[in-house]
Amino acid sequence: MELTNAIILLLNYTILPALTYGSQLALGAIFVTLIYGILRFANFATGDMMSFGTMFAVLLTYYFQSIGISFGVLPTALLTIPFAIFMMIFYMLTIDKFVFSYYRVKKSPPVQLAMVSVGVMFVTQAIIRIIIGPFDRRFLDGEKFILKATEFKEMTGLSEGLTIKSTQVLTIFITIVVVSIMFWFLNKTKTGTSMRAYSDNEDLALLSGIDPKRVVLITWVIAGILATIGGILYGLDKSYRPFVYFNNMLPIFAAAIVGGIGNPFGAFLGGYVIAFAEIFLTYAYKKFFAYLLPEALEPNSMVQLLSTDYKFAISFSILVLVLLFRPSGIFEGKKI
Amino acid sequence: MAFFEGNKMTAGYGDGPDIISSCSINVDRGEIVAILGPNGAGKSTAMKAMLGLLNLKSGSVNIDGKDISKFSPHDRIKQGISFVPQTRNVFAELTVRENLEVGAFLREDDINKVIEEIYELFPILKEKKSQVVGQLSGGQRQQVALGRALMIKPSVLMLDEPTAGVSPIVMDELFQHILKVKETNVAIIMVEQNAKQALSISDRGYVLVTGENKFEGSGKELLNDPEVRRSFLGA
Ligand SMILES: Nc1ncnc2c1ncn2[C@@H]1O[C@H](COP(=O)(O)OP(=O)(O)OP(=O)(O)O)[C@@H](O)[C@H]1O
Ligand SMILES: [Mg+2]
Repeated sequence: MELTNAIILLLNYTILPALTYGSQLALGAIFVTLIYGILRFANFATGDMMSFGTMFAVLLTYYFQSIGISFGVLPTALLTIPFAIFMMIFYMLTIDKFVFSYYRVKKSPPVQLAMVSVGVMFVTQAIIRIIIGPFDRRFLDGEKFILKATEFKEMTGLSEGLTIKSTQVLTIFITIVVVSIMFWFLNKTKTGTSMRAYSDNEDLALLSGIDPKRVVLITWVIAGILATIGGILYGLDKSYRPFVYFNNMLPIFAAAIVGGIGNPFGAFLGGYVIAFAEIFLTYAYKKFFAYLLPEALEPNSMVQLLSTDYKFAISFSILVLVLLFRPSGIFEGKKI
Repeated sequence: MAFFEGNKMTAGYGDGPDIISSCSINVDRGEIVAILGPNGAGKSTAMKAMLGLLNLKSGSVNIDGKDISKFSPHDRIKQGISFVPQTRNVFAELTVRENLEVGAFLREDDINKVIEEIYELFPILKEKKSQVVGQLSGGQRQQVALGRALMIKPSVLMLDEPTAGVSPIVMDELFQHILKVKETNVAIIMVEQNAKQALSISDRGYVLVTGENKFEGSGKELLNDPEVRRSFLGA
């Protein structure tokens, strides 16, 4: 009984949140890795692009609510996804046309494109502040919980409750669907293969008749889908605050690099590695041990390895360690 | 008039000096033509100029009587010209089969039949079809490179040092494959360092020196020409 309680405790406070957060990071990390693998630069505007797409979902959710459209038990924001993705892709393609393509045609070194993306990041932040402002916004509606702690306790008779939030299930489910479709597309379709070919050997791809403009276009379309869905899922689960999206770039880049930059499947797994590391290392295990150990041995302290204030330090440390010891990432796998 | 010809081509990279000047190369269908010459002579450059990877300052490129000098590389490929570059001539991160599929990118029809034909020509590729090309041996990679280029069923095949870095036995094997391709009525131009062996399977050859045609003739003539022997064949 005590063991079951301990497991439920971990499931409730670490595993389920880490799977959710990991999925959100994974979507962002695949976005980073695709841009890096195909357009060949580190996109520092990643976090703010995710925020940009989410902003439209927030605004449209408010609008839908004001005219009485809802999605029943599901969040209204889900209905706004296609529109938000469309706006995101439109924005990305505009930026690409007026900013990135110039440097790409000039064959500028990747570091120069990365610097340009820093500029894009600032501009994107400014646009977001002008349109929606810097404040914290909640846009989750519908049924919040699939399972409440009290219901779980009644059902099982355990003293430890398990809460399953609808955003957690939605995040994990939608991520699996989106990522599966994306991998199918990249690995099994002609266009996907041509994108991997372009990423591997640009010159030979041209000699095979692959049109680089089309590859770039499709890359931004996929990136727009990943960025918007990742951003919306994160915003629904936590809340939408532009600055937090900027901050999330650190764990997202860490996930992409842990997975081997340019390797989408690695980035996917990397998202979970970072999320689990962050949550396992900052969780206070006092209650967990209280369940398992005899009373005499119960810890007095919180048994927390690191304060949650240090969660970014964890991403950062993992990033540095991987770059020092396994710069090609910890997973084997095909590059994009 | 030959099927595919570069006439008096003069070209260089960007604003740099002319690398080839008034260089002419032509080839007919079902013929192998070798381009020989010292390192840096402009052999690769001549091929790139024929494919449109660099702009001609003067001269022209024709295929089947049609002037394609102003065509982009992409449009020339669509005319059936296939090129295997000297370096990085495979997709190392893709599987053998995916390399072939990418080679057929411009084809709209069912490519499985063509892939089967390539497997017949290069049995080793069938055996290794699911393997990532980066893990293959040098000779196997050259076969992948050839196979990729053949996927569009080209009328012209340009090979830049197809036997670079392979053992003499594998080189003979590759030359046998190239002869088989020739029998399918493809016009083949190849740059080779192994001059003697290349000339022995070629119908004709050109010797380029500092970007200009220095000698040309049938494979036999060049092999027996005392001056060519002394300067290029090391005998
Ligand atoms: N991309 C390039 N930009 C500028 N110059 C180039 C470029 N590629 C080749 N060159 C120059 O053009 C000249 C001819 O090079 P090319 O590659 O055509 O020689 P090659 O005959 O193929 O030699 P090799 O036998 O070594 O392959 C060389 O002097 C080289 O430095
Ligand atoms: Mg060369």
